[in-house]
Amino acid sequence: MKAAPAALVEPAAAASPAPAAQGPWRRFAAEFAESRLAMAGLLLLAVLVVLAVAAPLVSPQNPYDLSQLDVLDSKLAPGEHSSSTGKPYWLGTDDQGRDMLSGIFYGLRISLAVGASSTVIALAIGLVLGLAAAYFGGWVDTLIMRIADIQLSFPAILIALVLLALMGQGAGKIVAALVTVQWAYYARTVRSAALVERQKEYIEAAHALALSRQRIVFRHLLPNCLPPLILVATVQVAHAISLEATLSFLGLGLPITEPSLGLLIANGFQYLLSGTYWISFYPGVALLATIVSINLVADQLRDVLNPRLRK
Amino acid sequence: MSRIFRFAALAWLALLAAFGAHAKDREISVGLQAAITSIDPHYHNLSPNNSLLRHIYEPLVWRDANMRLSPALATSWKAVDDLTWEVKLRRNVKFHDGSPFTAADVIATFKRVPNVPNSPSSMATFVKPIVDIQAPDPYTLILKTATPHVLMPSDLASVYIIPKAVAEHASTEDFNSGKAAIGTGPYKFAEYIPNNRIVLKANYAYWGGEEPWDKVTFKILSNPAARVAALLSGDVQLIETVPTADIAKLSSDKNFNVVDKVSNRVIYAHLYQWKDKPAPFVTAKDGSPLAKNPFLDPRVRKALSIAINREVIADRIMEKRAVPAGQLLPDSFYGTSRKLKPAKYDPEGAKKLLAEAGYPDGFALTVFGTNDRYINDSKIAQAIAQFYSRIGLDAKVETMPSSVYFTRATKGDFGYMLLGWGTESGEQGSSLRSLLATKDPARGMGVTNRAHYSNPEMDRELTEALATMDDRKREAMIQKAAETAMNDTALIPIHYEVSTWATAKGLKYTPRTDQYTLVMDLRPAR
Amino acid sequence: MIGFTLRRLGQGLLVLAVMSALVFVGVYAIGNPVELLVNPQADDVERARATAALGLDKPLAAQYATFVVRALHGDLGRSFVYNIPAIQLILDKLPATLELAAAAMVIAVVLGIPLGLVAGLKPDSWLGRSIMAGSILGFSLPTFWVGLVLIMVFSVKLGWLPPNGRGETVTLLGVPVSFLTWDGLRHLALPALNLALFKLSLLVRLTRGGTREALLQDYVKFARAKGLPARRVIGVHVLKNILIPIVTVIGLELGSVIAYAVVTESIFAWPGSGKLLIDSINQLDRPVIVAYLLVTVAIFVVINFVVDLLYSFLDPRVRLAAAPAH
Repeated sequence: MKAAPAALVEPAAAASPAPAAQGPWRRFAAEFAESRLAMAGLLLLAVLVVLAVAAPLVSPQNPYDLSQLDVLDSKLAPGEHSSSTGKPYWLGTDDQGRDMLSGIFYGLRISLAVGASSTVIALAIGLVLGLAAAYFGGWVDTLIMRIADIQLSFPAILIALVLLALMGQGAGKIVAALVTVQWAYYARTVRSAALVERQKEYIEAAHALALSRQRIVFRHLLPNCLPPLILVATVQVAHAISLEATLSFLGLGLPITEPSLGLLIANGFQYLLSGTYWISFYPGVALLATIVSINLVADQLRDVLNPRLRK
Repeated sequence: MSRIFRFAALAWLALLAAFGAHAKDREISVGLQAAITSIDPHYHNLSPNNSLLRHIYEPLVWRDANMRLSPALATSWKAVDDLTWEVKLRRNVKFHDGSPFTAADVIATFKRVPNVPNSPSSMATFVKPIVDIQAPDPYTLILKTATPHVLMPSDLASVYIIPKAVAEHASTEDFNSGKAAIGTGPYKFAEYIPNNRIVLKANYAYWGGEEPWDKVTFKILSNPAARVAALLSGDVQLIETVPTADIAKLSSDKNFNVVDKVSNRVIYAHLYQWKDKPAPFVTAKDGSPLAKNPFLDPRVRKALSIAINREVIADRIMEKRAVPAGQLLPDSFYGTSRKLKPAKYDPEGAKKLLAEAGYPDGFALTVFGTNDRYINDSKIAQAIAQFYSRIGLDAKVETMPSSVYFTRATKGDFGYMLLGWGTESGEQGSSLRSLLATKDPARGMGVTNRAHYSNPEMDRELTEALATMDDRKREAMIQKAAETAMNDTALIPIHYEVSTWATAKGLKYTPRTDQYTLVMDLRPAR
Repeated sequence: MIGFTLRRLGQGLLVLAVMSALVFVGVYAIGNPVELLVNPQADDVERARATAALGLDKPLAAQYATFVVRALHGDLGRSFVYNIPAIQLILDKLPATLELAAAAMVIAVVLGIPLGLVAGLKPDSWLGRSIMAGSILGFSLPTFWVGLVLIMVFSVKLGWLPPNGRGETVTLLGVPVSFLTWDGLRHLALPALNLALFKLSLLVRLTRGGTREALLQDYVKFARAKGLPARRVIGVHVLKNILIPIVTVIGLELGSVIAYAVVTESIFAWPGSGKLLIDSINQLDRPVIVAYLLVTVAIFVVINFVVDLLYSFLDPRVRLAAAPAH
């Protein structure tokens, strides 16, 4: 069975063996490194992740500890010094006297965690359900797609409100709300990709060879559905972070004393017209850097992983 | 190709510039904060409705900018005895449809008020005390009550009068479509699009003289930044509730004027004191329950009050648009006591009081608040938590939208809750009665006493005061009750909101205490 | 075909029933509308009266039963807040939102597909790279933030476009539309652009990805080798290959635009149904929320139906009935 002729199952990706000269990882790394832009993105992302993880060590202040904030230091411009301790605030302070630099480090941590975990969970759920819908068809397909219909028309705000009312505030609830909102996107995208793939010759060939269903789904259908999915997922990490910001803007997000990047921007939003720009500008720059780097890396990853783009 | 594109783009921009919006003379647009839910004056007893509809309809008695009562459709009113009021009506007043205003219209209106179908908040409260109403002549009314009702003139100020024919037949839809939107006010109904805009036209036959504006458009701009942007771009000429963040910039800009006035709304903290139940989210620092509810101890309540630096909140968080509070209404209002000053900031004293009460190491609490209801509400909550962390408490903050908040606050889900209270009658007796009297639904006492605060001494003083007809004597008694409550730190008053308005240059707006936005107070500057 | 349509219709109705039940439970969980609607100074008698007037004094199941019975007679209830039939309130606001959504979609498609094609055909050129870099901006900044910046630049600083509201409307086939008047277009421009940005970026990226893949497929290579003109190769083969994912996304996003225009509508005070929804949620105006979601689900079901039809049209290998192939 394993001897399925490569020519027949073309262009199934996972089945095609890598050139034996190098290990698959090294080959992968070499291909990835071909793009300097992607490497720059990877570097930036690495720096941001390190900053996020090490936030408590590198921040001048713990912005989540209210006893370290001083409302008398509120809205200081970048570079001004604290009235009580004399220490400088390099990026200024917000309306609570929160050091923006520390706020950004900590906020990065929360934003990345919320964005990544909600995307991964939603992706996993969507992938499984989407594949199932496409592969089994019939009532399974109907059921999953109708649930997705309900889901997609249920506004994120309403879901977030219900969760807030039932369980109170917190990062976990935001992730739950984001997953609830997003899985249906993946499910539909996977299903539509898989529907096309399912009809292609190589799957028919695999059926003809009496491969097991599992093997067909995971070894053949899945790899070929991945490229569009990775594409949607990278966009969705960014979307999740920005949706979290929007929920915060609507007052449904994280606790205000533990702001994410999005919440920092939402808080600073009201100062945009008044000239106190730094409260929302610098978190905006941080958010932008995060999302740009994620996308640069993801774009290259997709190109490298995509079997059809291999030279 | 690119030249053509550039030319097209330039032409497009030129066209756009040529069509720039310019308000015509005698036309004015106003940016409002909250939606107007109906044109029916008796459908929804809601401040934004009452404010807007005042342009179209008028009550018998009106409150001036400082909430003192003044004549409107009534020229005079007096209590003939404890149970009888006599009201004289204004002559030669005409409704928008040309029919004359008489006592019959008032009687029909009062009859309609409690019977508006599906009303989510009716005006019935204001006419309920009246058990009988007579009109000996078309311009005199005799109102009878079952018990002495001292607030009668204030109640009369809350009911807008409509013609008898309309009162007897019109439905809420008829008002919204404009068919029944007939009052005696200085403006006539022109258009109503729910949650979008209301257009009014001048009533040239108004008994009080002609207004300077022919047409007024009220736009609902709930988003604060959108409201400011609309003013900055000249789309509207007057906005209410200027976001505090933008006040400094607008005040210093020659093209705009900002005016403000202290309001009848106090922001306060209620401290959970329900019987036999621990205060929610108030624990020892390790999260274990406390032996008893610390809020039951007046020393703890006082400590929590003097730990707050009200001056700093007013100055930094509210951009000076708040006045530190020591009671439930600002000083000049009826029934307020001059002896009650805002608590002085004293963190050391607060620590001492906590130690005396048996909490030398403090405890943990969560400050709950709204984030979409009062001016800068979530920021105030954070600042208060900051002050509490300075006296050795573990303070957390949780804020949420009003839709979730008020239900939970009433249910008793919160130990420390921040709230606001605007006293519509403008006298402190009614705020004490709603917020601090021991809960007694049958007598309408303590209706909004979400903390279940109970102080028999204050209850007694207040009950006596509310049954006293003599205005002077009653005021002294209300002051006494207020002192009793505030000296016990029954609740923690933070500040009185200062309402703000901004106008374009060339206009003068006279602000009001009750947070109403009235075009009658907007005049071209000379 | 008829069987397929009927089956989808039946499923749609079931979805509507589940949806409305979910909203009833959801709103019940959030809070009590009377707390928000009644004047704070009202006494308990007045509160009880208001509760009864809104029909909230009965058990939730009974309230839902009443709703279902009335809904079957075509009555979705009256707004708690406005005392206007909920469906009328929504239908009055829907044209404005549909217009905004359609305008945003047009902007996204008209700009997104050509830009994506360019970026896909010349991925390494500076143009291709800057298109991709620009597309990242489109979905990384929160909508509310971009919206306010647009207002600041185009309304406040430059004074070119109005900052809020909908312009003059004319009636087209009984529906008020604003895109046929100059004033209407001026009001439409900023909110449509604000709403379009995210979909625009998504479309650019999808088109680019699809194009790059298509160029490597045998039939495209073959068509090129055969010497077919580049325009024809792109127009017929490449575009056709990338249309399926794009149609999916358009279907998804059109639906979500209609449902989630909330933020844009509230910043630009666009008198549409998104703003109505957020206000209704904030006020717990249950009849409007239910009716609104029923309308959007209905629209979704129709859109998905059309999208599935389009699939089978674009790619005959996708069979409509989607029965297992074996």
